[in-house]
Amino acid sequence: MPFVLELFISLLIVIGAVFIVVGSLGLIKLPDLMTRLHAPTKATTLGVGGALIASMLYFFGAEGSLSIHEVLITAFLFLTAPVTAHFIAKAHLHLQGREASELPPTGRDLGWSTFDAAPRECAAGDKVAGGVKPGREPS
Amino acid sequence: MIDHALLFGFFAVSLALLLNLWRLVSGPTVMDRVLAIDTMVINAIALIILFGIQQRTTVYFEAALLLAMFGFISTVAYCRFMLRGDVIE
Repeated sequence: MPFVLELFISLLIVIGAVFIVVGSLGLIKLPDLMTRLHAPTKATTLGVGGALIASMLYFFGAEGSLSIHEVLITAFLFLTAPVTAHFIAKAHLHLQGREASELPPTGRDLGWSTFDAAPRECAAGDKVAGGVKPGREPS
Repeated sequence: MIDHALLFGFFAVSLALLLNLWRLVSGPTVMDRVLAIDTMVINAIALIILFGIQQRTTVYFEAALLLAMFGFISTVAYCRFMLRGDVIE
């Protein structure tokens, strides 16, 4: 394996590890859940991405064949991290018992989707709309 | 040189897992614990990948991919359960 590639792989591993530690440190240090969400979902995902790219380059240098597994894992993690962050934030908002009136106005007819039911036109079929948690009806 | 970098990586990811464990034990709300579990799964994936580099084998990629999928699905299922009281309605 050429020296430059080895140096690059080592750098990627170290940078990824530092990002992972920073993400977990943020999970400890930050004051409440809404700020704590940022550290793991951004820094840790980036760190894992660095480690995965290092692994891909390593097996490319050692065996000469480019393996696509790491790209698959990286893409999956990068796609799912915002979804989990959104779900956790939404569940947190509901569990806190905060009122929708504490939020700033949306500037549209509809309220915030986290608290209000979906509008009748958008909810396909009344079966779905009937199952939605009772919220303020859109005016 | 890669071996030294891997050693640093193992120490760093293990430290990160310990910090996550602290948040998991002391998290004031339920969602803090869910977030800690989610982060622990991602850190475990990183640990598996680094271990695969150290062992010079590609066997562990499937394990990492499965762990990524199950981590995502379990986090979404748990959030859904806390939101609606049911996973699949």
